[in-house]
Amino acid sequence: MSTTTTTTTSPPPPGALARFFGGDVWYSFRRTPTAMLAAAIAFVCVFCAVFAPWVAPHNPFDLATLNLSDGRLPPAWQEGGQMRFLLGTDDQGRDILSAIMYGARISLLVGLASVLLSMVVGVGLGLLAGFVGGRIDAFIMRVCDVMLSFPAILVALLIDGVGRAIFPNAHESLAFGVLIIAISLSGWVQYARTVRGSTLVERNKEYVQAARVIGVSPLRIMRKHVLPNVMGPVMVLATIQVAAAILTEATLSFLGVGVPPTSPSLGTLIRIGNDFLFSGEWWITIFPGAMLVLIALSVNLLGDWLRDALNPRLR
Amino acid sequence: MSALKSAPLLEVRHLRVEFPTRQGTLLALDDISFEIAPGEVLGVVGESGAGKSLTGAAIIGLLEPPGRIAGGEILLEGQRIDNLPYEQMRAIRGRRIGAIFQDPLTSLNPLYTIGRQLTETIQTHLPVGAEEARQRAIRLLQETGIQAAEQRFEQYPHQFSGGMRQRVVIALALAAEPKLIVADEPTTALDVSIQAQIIALLKRLCKEHGAAVMLVTHDMGVIAETCDRVAVLYAGRVAEIGPVHEVINQPSHPYTVGLMGSIPAMDEDRPRLLQIDGAMPRLNAIPAGCAFNPRCPQVFDRCRRERPDLMPARATQAACWLVGQGHAP
Amino acid sequence: MLAFIVRRLIQAIVVMLTVGFIAFMLFQYVGDPVTNLLGQDATQEQRDLLRKDLGLDQPFPVQFARFVGNAVQGEFGLSLRQGRKVSALIADRFPATFELALVAAVIALVVGIPLGVYAALRRGTMLSQSMMTLSLLGVSLPTFLIGILLILLFSVTLKWLPSFGRGDVIALGSWSTGMLTVDGWKHLVMPAVTLSVFQLALILRLVRAEMLEVLRTDYIKFARARGLSNRAVHFGHALKNTLVPVITITGLQLGGLIAFAIITETVFQWPGMGLLFIQAVQFADIPVMAAYLCLISLVFVVINLAVDLLYFLVDPRLRIERPTGGGH
Repeated sequence: MSTTTTTTTSPPPPGALARFFGGDVWYSFRRTPTAMLAAAIAFVCVFCAVFAPWVAPHNPFDLATLNLSDGRLPPAWQEGGQMRFLLGTDDQGRDILSAIMYGARISLLVGLASVLLSMVVGVGLGLLAGFVGGRIDAFIMRVCDVMLSFPAILVALLIDGVGRAIFPNAHESLAFGVLIIAISLSGWVQYARTVRGSTLVERNKEYVQAARVIGVSPLRIMRKHVLPNVMGPVMVLATIQVAAAILTEATLSFLGVGVPPTSPSLGTLIRIGNDFLFSGEWWITIFPGAMLVLIALSVNLLGDWLRDALNPRLR
Repeated sequence: MSALKSAPLLEVRHLRVEFPTRQGTLLALDDISFEIAPGEVLGVVGESGAGKSLTGAAIIGLLEPPGRIAGGEILLEGQRIDNLPYEQMRAIRGRRIGAIFQDPLTSLNPLYTIGRQLTETIQTHLPVGAEEARQRAIRLLQETGIQAAEQRFEQYPHQFSGGMRQRVVIALALAAEPKLIVADEPTTALDVSIQAQIIALLKRLCKEHGAAVMLVTHDMGVIAETCDRVAVLYAGRVAEIGPVHEVINQPSHPYTVGLMGSIPAMDEDRPRLLQIDGAMPRLNAIPAGCAFNPRCPQVFDRCRRERPDLMPARATQAACWLVGQGHAP
Repeated sequence: MLAFIVRRLIQAIVVMLTVGFIAFMLFQYVGDPVTNLLGQDATQEQRDLLRKDLGLDQPFPVQFARFVGNAVQGEFGLSLRQGRKVSALIADRFPATFELALVAAVIALVVGIPLGVYAALRRGTMLSQSMMTLSLLGVSLPTFLIGILLILLFSVTLKWLPSFGRGDVIALGSWSTGMLTVDGWKHLVMPAVTLSVFQLALILRLVRAEMLEVLRTDYIKFARARGLSNRAVHFGHALKNTLVPVITITGLQLGGLIAFAIITETVFQWPGMGLLFIQAVQFADIPVMAAYLCLISLVFVVINLAVDLLYFLVDPRLRIERPTGGGH
């Protein structure tokens, strides 16, 4: 005997991707032309940077392909320039366009790595301070206060300098590590404060108290409840910090205390090009500079837009 | 229904206020009309979101953009004020129309002494010197019941309690001797024990200074105590308007009936509070015809099709087809 | 009020001690402290003598106390790179950095605050939108790039301004100033502008954001409802309330100028403390780094204190003595 049962089934709940595209943030994005432009520019830059070995017309670090007679060529649209080297060459014959793609690669690598590290450290410490409270909280906050009064560049320089003093010879790979740590240590404080604030707010809510009473482990509570609520401001912060980190790395490299000279970032390229300003070969320094600004500006614009989009009062 | 013996102080005619939003234009006030006679206290009552505060804001010309007046007229002593340029309206604000807002904690600038805020207001509108302004200010403070007014003159807002701050706010509103005061929920943020004092003070002072009051509130008790007439707002429209005792004791509009019925009374013995089913519609979902029709216990066909205007009822005016057809409840 | 000052002073001392501790650790454990103090070329005899003198065999707290005692007097030993006394080096360079930072601060404030106010009051207009975009550019351009661009324009192309050094300086006692000569000013202009751009952009955005917040408050609404003139509302009420929180943040930012000067001095070869510090970092010259660290901390701490006091003076809400203490 078969019974036919008619059940009304509701359509399956939308997946995460569908929810994102149907949400306020995406709506705001579609309606803000600057955000879309910034995202497009950022995407292009990141693409070139990540796929530099395949996208760049030349490999500026392959000594075999360099020819000194190609040196000091102006950009293609000026007299004496060649289409082969669209943005000109430096004194060694390296193609500027390729150099900035490879340079952007290094800059982005360091920038993203530092932001990731400072995010992990900052969010972790913030959660700890907010959740555990008491002396640990007070201590972490004091440290934050002290660190906030020092500008990032100074902290980065100091750590870099100390790193050099401690490891005077083991440079290459260590240098990157020290650099990334230096930049991230100057940026974690913001995350910690924001996350701590949100944690304190969530901690006092009843559902968290209920969870604690049941015996759910604090780690789980932090992960499942507090963290999702905090991700919004953290994302905004992270976006703005990426730009700041890239600029900090560029500054350090420009000052000669950043990435090792064998892996030049955009900052290094600018420094090298600086020497040629007075002899009139402006393109060696200006194009890397322009690339740097493009990346920083588009990321900053995105961060600005994201902050406004996530601000409930402006919706 | 009462024929006004003198020319009305304030006339609001068919006022419409709309808000362009990204989901379309929302009509927050839809054809509101009423009058206030000189020296009269008109209560404007309704639920949150009915449009009471917006009416007040429109009258004093401080609608927050993107809100704007989309139609109708507002006349003060026979002169149109809704279409005045900013500078002319500014001369009217404070001098001819005063305003009191809800939260005394945030209404006063924390960085200036209240004395300075008072004299500044006085000297903006009245051609008096600094010393005279000071004297006036101190007098005003004394009138509002603030002790040791001379010392208090030099103090900052954070040194006053909530009730006292609202007294200062009232003094500030009356400083330039306006003819009309728009009071937007003046006691909602205060302790219950202070509320009565402040309301009594407001009524007394306005009477003494000869100012009419438009008292916006959701508290019927305050209305009953203080007002001469009352307008009941629902979903951006006037549901009923009339002398306060008539509206309370002989309401004609079913919404007003429900409103009065839901107030617990000391002299009645009722097992349950009367409730109106449903909720006031959102601005983007106002039903056709009479806005109240989905919740009305006496709804009939015409209610759903045609929107009723204010019509004379027994003792008041009500926007209801029941009244029009003589089917009074 | 007194309790407040005392509390802040204690905090300041704690911070200084912490910084001093870090500097001390640098001295002791990074490199050789004896070399740090005597320089590279000392003889073995001198070293042994100093080791005994320094009491390097003494317990840790004693050594630290000694270090602090020395530091307070400005004694940091000899520079590893140059062999001169660190204190002398820094004293030499301080006026240059100070003047640079001062002019940059003035520029940032005098231009940033009014523009920020304008951008808030005339929100939505073309001019204010472009100001916001330019200020975004200001924080996206690294300081050194701004310097390079200015040099490219004014020194290389137009040949109007010099691109390095301080120019003619006049000595007033032990202070050498470049602000009394035209040539000195010609040299000062570009570095000062370069240094000010980032701060200017930040101040502009901050003032604008703060003012927009203030313009939304109830007391501003009430002021308008009382019929006060636009001038009174905007500049009498709104501006004053805006500037109060802006003061704190701005004060702290300006302290950062002295540190940011590092970059500007490098680009323009400006003979200040920043350049000294960079050379120290490149060379791992610990004594100079430690001294610079302590000095900068001192500057920050002093600025923080001054800002707190200023805040106290300006905001009447903080002046009431409360038994529980602490502000809002």
